[in-house]
Amino acid sequence: MMRFMLLFSRQGKLRLQKWYLATSDKERKKMVRELMQVVLARKPKMCSFLEWRDLKVVYKRYASLYFCCAIEGQDNELITLELIHRYVELLDKYFGSVCELDIIFNFEKAYFILDEFLMGGDVQDTSKKSVLKAIEQADLLQEDESPRSVLEEMGLA
Amino acid sequence: MRGLAVFISDIRNCKSKEAEIKRINKELANIRSKFKGDKALDGYSKKKYVCKLLFIFLLGHDIDFGHMEAVNLLSSNRYTEKQIGYLFISVLVNSNSELIRLINNAIKNDLASRNPTFMGLALHCIASVGSREMAEAFAGEIPKVLVAGDTMDSVKQSAALCLLRLYRTSPDLVPMGDWTSRVVHLLNDQHLGVVTAATSLITTLAQKNPEEFKTSVSLAVSRLSRIVTSASTDLQDYTYYFVPAPWLSVKLLRLLQCYPPPDPAVRGRLTECLETILNKAQEPPKSKKVQHSNAKNAVLFEAISLIIHHDSEPNLLVRACNQLGQFLQHRETNLRYLALESMCTLASSEFSHEAVKTHIETVINALKTERDVSVRQRAVDLLYAMCDRSNAPQIVAEMLSYLETADYSIREEIVLKVAILAEKYAVDYTWYVDTILNLIRIAGDYVSEEVWYRVIQIVINRDDVQGCAAKTVFEALQAPACHENLVKVGGYILGEFGNLIAGDPRSSPLIQFHLLHSKFHLCSVPTRALLLSTYIKFVNLFPEVKPTIQDVLRSDSQLRNADVELQQRAVEYLRLSTVASTDILATVLEEMPPFPERESSILAKLKKKKGPSTVTDLEDTKRDRSVDVNGGPEPAPASTSAVSTPSPSADLLGLGAAPPAPAGPPPSSGGSGLLVDVFSDSASVVAPLAPGSEDNFARFVCKNNGVLFENQLLQIGLKSEFRQNLGRMFIFYGNKTSTQFLNFTPTLICSDDLQPNLNLQTKPVDPTVEGGAQVQQVVNIECVSDFTEAPVLNIQFRYGGTFQNVSVQLPITLNKFFQPTEMASQDFFQRWKQLSNPQQEVQNIFKAKHPMDTEVTKAKIIGFGSALLEEVDPNPANFVGAGIIHTKTTQIGCLLRLEPNLQAQMYRLTLRTSKEAVSQRLCELLSAQF
Repeated sequence: MMRFMLLFSRQGKLRLQKWYLATSDKERKKMVRELMQVVLARKPKMCSFLEWRDLKVVYKRYASLYFCCAIEGQDNELITLELIHRYVELLDKYFGSVCELDIIFNFEKAYFILDEFLMGGDVQDTSKKSVLKAIEQADLLQEDESPRSVLEEMGLA
Repeated sequence: MRGLAVFISDIRNCKSKEAEIKRINKELANIRSKFKGDKALDGYSKKKYVCKLLFIFLLGHDIDFGHMEAVNLLSSNRYTEKQIGYLFISVLVNSNSELIRLINNAIKNDLASRNPTFMGLALHCIASVGSREMAEAFAGEIPKVLVAGDTMDSVKQSAALCLLRLYRTSPDLVPMGDWTSRVVHLLNDQHLGVVTAATSLITTLAQKNPEEFKTSVSLAVSRLSRIVTSASTDLQDYTYYFVPAPWLSVKLLRLLQCYPPPDPAVRGRLTECLETILNKAQEPPKSKKVQHSNAKNAVLFEAISLIIHHDSEPNLLVRACNQLGQFLQHRETNLRYLALESMCTLASSEFSHEAVKTHIETVINALKTERDVSVRQRAVDLLYAMCDRSNAPQIVAEMLSYLETADYSIREEIVLKVAILAEKYAVDYTWYVDTILNLIRIAGDYVSEEVWYRVIQIVINRDDVQGCAAKTVFEALQAPACHENLVKVGGYILGEFGNLIAGDPRSSPLIQFHLLHSKFHLCSVPTRALLLSTYIKFVNLFPEVKPTIQDVLRSDSQLRNADVELQQRAVEYLRLSTVASTDILATVLEEMPPFPERESSILAKLKKKKGPSTVTDLEDTKRDRSVDVNGGPEPAPASTSAVSTPSPSADLLGLGAAPPAPAGPPPSSGGSGLLVDVFSDSASVVAPLAPGSEDNFARFVCKNNGVLFENQLLQIGLKSEFRQNLGRMFIFYGNKTSTQFLNFTPTLICSDDLQPNLNLQTKPVDPTVEGGAQVQQVVNIECVSDFTEAPVLNIQFRYGGTFQNVSVQLPITLNKFFQPTEMASQDFFQRWKQLSNPQQEVQNIFKAKHPMDTEVTKAKIIGFGSALLEEVDPNPANFVGAGIIHTKTTQIGCLLRLEPNLQAQMYRLTLRTSKEAVSQRLCELLSAQF
């Protein structure tokens, strides 16, 4: 089971965090700080896995963003690495060649996509199509609503 | 949401941290006023502000409001508003009970809505928060959603994982029932997404309830078989870079690891699958993309894990090993890392251990050439795992040489591993001592106390290596700059066994002394203290150097040393050397007795570092193997005591020394016992407590000497004395018959609970007790912390042709470490009041079991160890006492008050101490006395 997933930039700015086990705010901050330091210090050609506390950490860098997952002792490292890749593909497909700014400005979308893909620390569906279909459906719902929202905003509703 | 985008841009444009915080505070104030304002906010604005709060939270700021607004959004009919509400809750809410009830209401509505999108959101929220309250509310509902015939696939997937989350946090709240068998059949579902989600759930459920989910094995095998034999396009979107359903394959293989190898019919099919997976690894890749090889190898590694888990198909194990061997030299660092890791477990299988060993050169090479420390770490682990008697010298040598350049972060662990291997596989103890001294030379700073304590224990326990050890340390100390740990080991060993090399004029007593003393001034206080003890030992060993040593002790730098410990040692040792006769000196400074064998403290330390499971498993399996494979049988521990006659092949680490918790009736109330000390006949079980043992035990609470046990054959007498947290007990075993007792073996057993709190040390007794004779055993006792249970003394011996087995509780009780404290009435009541916390007081009202005699009562309170305070209690009929319980870690003040009621023939006993457990135990012990 995945314990948490972090997205952070090369400058050490956290862009997304998802925790799959109840963890206090204080502990979260401490773990994020510690782990970012460890991962950012690693050189390019190094292996994508490392032991950290009692967990295994799997990370990969895409452009300026690090995707970093903490998994448990018996979990499969390589499949986790590909899980990161699949998530990047999903973001890419949704945003159309995704970049860090997309994730900053549409962080809620990044969350929604992740939630369609993973739940409670396990893969929910690995099919790119199913995941994107779910997201697109949601977007359609949003568009249906939009005109109304605009009207409401203008106080006409 | 334009407002949000503007805000995010603003934040990004901030030039400094201060500007950012200022902007955020402004926004927070704005949102707060909007939320508090009189005008009701519409859904869109609420959504926007909640989203801004979320963003601020993600920047690392604390958010303490907005929860209510987010909860309001949950009941919106608009999807996006609902969605943002749920997102906020899943990211920010931990378990605020007030809110949870409201959230649960919203979730309940959405679950009942039959709108799949809303249901999905609700299930996600449950899975994200996952608190107990949520489990209480929904754990019964979700299984129904999961197995209902009309549930949409996407909802089934969410329901499966949601249930999994609830089961992980609150397994007791998830009711097993009819749904379980229907969940198992989801493995057959048409929709691969459903199967993927369900497999995760089934795996976790099966780990806890293997019987109920047994049928999942054959279903999983057939599903797996269909996947691995499918063409790469069959599974459409579930094929990932030409690998069919890699996630699902990995999960199915993981599920199968919850079970032993299946029945022959299923087993054949599974073996085919595993062979297919291994074969595919040899096929040319279908794509050059790393994703292809990663996904393929993810399945391969999981298959290898299953093969290792089954550990029953030699053919598959060897193939797996060869495959990993190829990966060891792969250009992908990730694969090298995983191959090293996976081989570690393979090394512990008897079928593949030899195959793993053939890769030793590659692994050693990895240690030398890998650029990534985490890979080198794996190489060290593997070398440790593959080590056995045949390759130990090579592996230890390589690890030692690696240690010279090793990363600081892993040095200590390597030191521990080298120390363990050197000890475990030492055929020749000079090699062992050499190795440890090398360790100290190369990485002295990383050699923990446990390591150098251990070398001393081993040298002391083994006559055959002492001379050689003395010679080795003497030579090592010649180096101009020695590590302080070497000085410690050298000082200790020469102090004990320097006489064994004193015949050689090159290492005469005086030379030995000067050599050690040349290091003295560079050492820290503890080492100097140790050296002073060595010097006084020299005075005994070598009368000729006595004047020289006395001069040293007499010098101002010793006698007037600012450090009180050093000064005291110097003064006492000087005095001892002057006043004591040779006989007394020889007795006081006698050679150290052998240490009791127990689990190696080094191994314990490594376990602590690495987590217990990894190390023990490795060790245990390796023990088994060394018997089977290497043909070098390790005899079961001999029936004589492990301490007095250590056989060279017996397990040095004392791993075998403690047999598993004895079967049969538990020796003490605490359940399983752990041998802390000498033992013999490891096959036999510890007898239940002898009848009447409880009564005898109670009699010793207030006294220290007497007969503890007696039957027709054996009498056990005790004499003991206690001071502060230390004690010494003499146990006398009398043979009442005219026939010899053979294999006479007393064992002290401390339960797991007791062991950390009470240290018992003793030497073994002669295994033969002549008819009519009495043997004596001394137990040194140290109270580390307060304790409740009593140790058990188990005695096993042969009398005539019969095996005798007796257990009695040894009356070492907490009150033995009492020091009485006298105090005036005023002080007593002042302290009494200070200890008025309800946890500090324990009271017992009980009926008198003995005649109520004032003098006897007084004697008992004094015997109990506390001071009896006269004229303190306003009622002269009452008794009050005070004292301090001394433990190594702390001192606990205790006050007691006993109020007799002659008419009712009752007592009321009140104990007040600063520690609840202490009050409790003392009250129990003392109540039984009246």
